[in-house]
Amino acid sequence: MSVLVYINSNNGLHKSAFEAVTYGKKLGADVTVITSGNADAATLATLGNYGATKVLVDRSLSGDDAQQLTRLIASAATSVGATTIVFSHDIIAKAVAPRLSVCLKAGLVSGAIDIPNADGTINVNVFSGKAFGAVKVNSAVKIISLLPNSLQPEANGSACGVEDFAGNAGDSKITIVSTKKPEGEIPLPEAELVVSAGRGLKGPENWGMVEDLAKALGAATACSRPVADIGWRPHHEHVGQTGVAIRPNLYIAAGISGAIQHLAGVNGSKVIVVINTDAEAPFFKAADYGVVGDAFEVLPRLTEAVKKFRSSGH
Amino acid sequence: MRIIVLNLRTIENNENMKILVCISKSPDTTSKIAFTDNNTKFDENGVQYIVNPYDEWYALVRALEIKETLGGNVTIVSVGSAADEAIIRKALAIGADDAVRIDADPTDAYYTAVQIAEYAKSNGFDLVLTGKETINYNGSQVAGMIAESLDLPFVSLATKLDVNGSTLSLEREIVGGLEVVEVALPAVVSCAKGMAEQRIPNMRGIMAARTKPLQVVAPVAVEALTSYVSYSMPNAKSACKMIDPTNMDELVELLHNEAKVI
Ligand SMILES: Cc1cc2nc3c(=O)[nH]c(=O)nc-3n(C[C@H](O)[C@H](O)[C@H](O)COP(=O)(O)OP(=O)(O)OC[C@H]3O[C@@H](n4cnc5c(N)ncnc54)[C@H](O)[C@@H]3O)c2cc1C
Ligand SMILES: Nc1ncnc2c1ncn2[C@@H]1O[C@H](COP(=O)(O)O)[C@@H](O)[C@H]1O
Repeated sequence: MSVLVYINSNNGLHKSAFEAVTYGKKLGADVTVITSGNADAATLATLGNYGATKVLVDRSLSGDDAQQLTRLIASAATSVGATTIVFSHDIIAKAVAPRLSVCLKAGLVSGAIDIPNADGTINVNVFSGKAFGAVKVNSAVKIISLLPNSLQPEANGSACGVEDFAGNAGDSKITIVSTKKPEGEIPLPEAELVVSAGRGLKGPENWGMVEDLAKALGAATACSRPVADIGWRPHHEHVGQTGVAIRPNLYIAAGISGAIQHLAGVNGSKVIVVINTDAEAPFFKAADYGVVGDAFEVLPRLTEAVKKFRSSGH
Repeated sequence: MRIIVLNLRTIENNENMKILVCISKSPDTTSKIAFTDNNTKFDENGVQYIVNPYDEWYALVRALEIKETLGGNVTIVSVGSAADEAIIRKALAIGADDAVRIDADPTDAYYTAVQIAEYAKSNGFDLVLTGKETINYNGSQVAGMIAESLDLPFVSLATKLDVNGSTLSLEREIVGGLEVVEVALPAVVSCAKGMAEQRIPNMRGIMAARTKPLQVVAPVAVEALTSYVSYSMPNAKSACKMIDPTNMDELVELLHNEAKVI
């Protein structure tokens, strides 16, 4: 089976790219990567370690326009005879994969959380992570968009070839006027460790404690919706049903009650730690580890413990 | 003189602007999620449906704001059964002019998108707005599929939307940041948080909604590309382990040795 994996290689390779290639390798022996980013050939060649047989790159595209990327990926799919096309389920995939599905008449499984089941169906989250659905694709060609942090990248191959590819992507009808990127932050959906806080922190001036813990751990920061709504924290940190959905390895929530709409965005986390003064807070029902206590005392104490642990060589 | 003529033309365009807002239903988030028929069907027993929040709060309200400043017409489209007319009336109560229900079960995103695209094609719209995603299936699929079916540009996850003549000016989410973009109409846009504020329908709106036109149209023939075969529930969490708030070394030790996440 021939598998085509699209990766976003702008500003280096992300962990999600290694996950997508590893996933592709689990589906079939012949894995081709298609990309349009600015990563150099030596960097792209490292995708071979994760199972890519070759990387095709079209350097004529400048942005991430969904219409152009659809044409590029469609022509790569035709050229390698791909029967499965894999994306990492990020912002680009959410725009491109549906277009590609219509363009190729290929069924799309959006937000896959695992490799296909024995019967060929693929599991996705439904009802904001409260249940799983098994999706069957009825078309000959399949598109699978893999939720980040769903599997561990496996690097046991060696570097592969990188070839230029002319994807005939055409022009973009969208003009990019400017971009605003917060520098040096870990993008929340990709973070493996997340420290989050809610209204229990009382005010924006108290977020130093949250940031200190995040820094000691090497974690990203997040927050509950009211906190973003009142402007204590930036909107892109808001997790939950109406915010970002995340599934890190560790989610630490301080001063968050655990309302169902908040849980909807975080209940895919592998391990949840809840810090709350109220032993009856609903969040404890979804937690693996609970600390009944004042975040103003517990967070600094936890930060010290993490620093001690990190300085002992972990 | 020429400039004035151009200006007049633009204003006239705006006045005629036709916006199509795609509305879907989703279970109220407090609904109990359960399945029947050997876990192959969502159990609708006792489930309250609401208008999908992204469609209502962002796509619909922003469409109404544009209409209020520039004139034009806001039409709602929803693919669903007669039972879904309650949520369509709710969206009408917030202020849309008229609604269309495509009388079909929205089997999969592709099927749904093709229905909407076909309707849009035969009725001519300048702007198609959707929500960022439905909160029951969280697929983020329908909007891109409509755009491809209509061969139109698609701006996904827009957090701001302004109309300048026949050009849209938008802010959208990109990986790790925001991007300001422009695109000529017609276009498809999916709407995310930031675009508008929720509106609560008033009594007058609710009364008016009862008599606003709600047209029912037959679906076109198209095969779904995917289907949900079965559902399952996550394993119940094992009981939460409580840690003494003065002993954070123990928590760190457990996270390292037991949970193996740090
Ligand atoms: C349609 C809809 C969508 C929504 N979407 C989202 C969403 O996406 N994300 C989201 O987060 N919310 C969402 N909400 C809101 C959600 O229902 C809750 O209101 C919200 O999550 C509560 O935020 P919070 O836990 O920070 O605040 P609160 O509920 O006020 O909880 C504060 C918690 O802090 C604890 N506390 C107080 N002092 C301390 C202290 N010193 N130390 C430790 N703990 C302390 C309290 O015991 C309490 O449990 C949505 C609501 C609706 C209706
Ligand atoms: N049955 C439907 N009828 C009309 N619009 C829909 C329907 N399903 C989804 N949509 C629109 O498409 C958006 C994305 O849906 P989804 O791809 O399911 O996440 C929603 O926010 C709606 O605006």
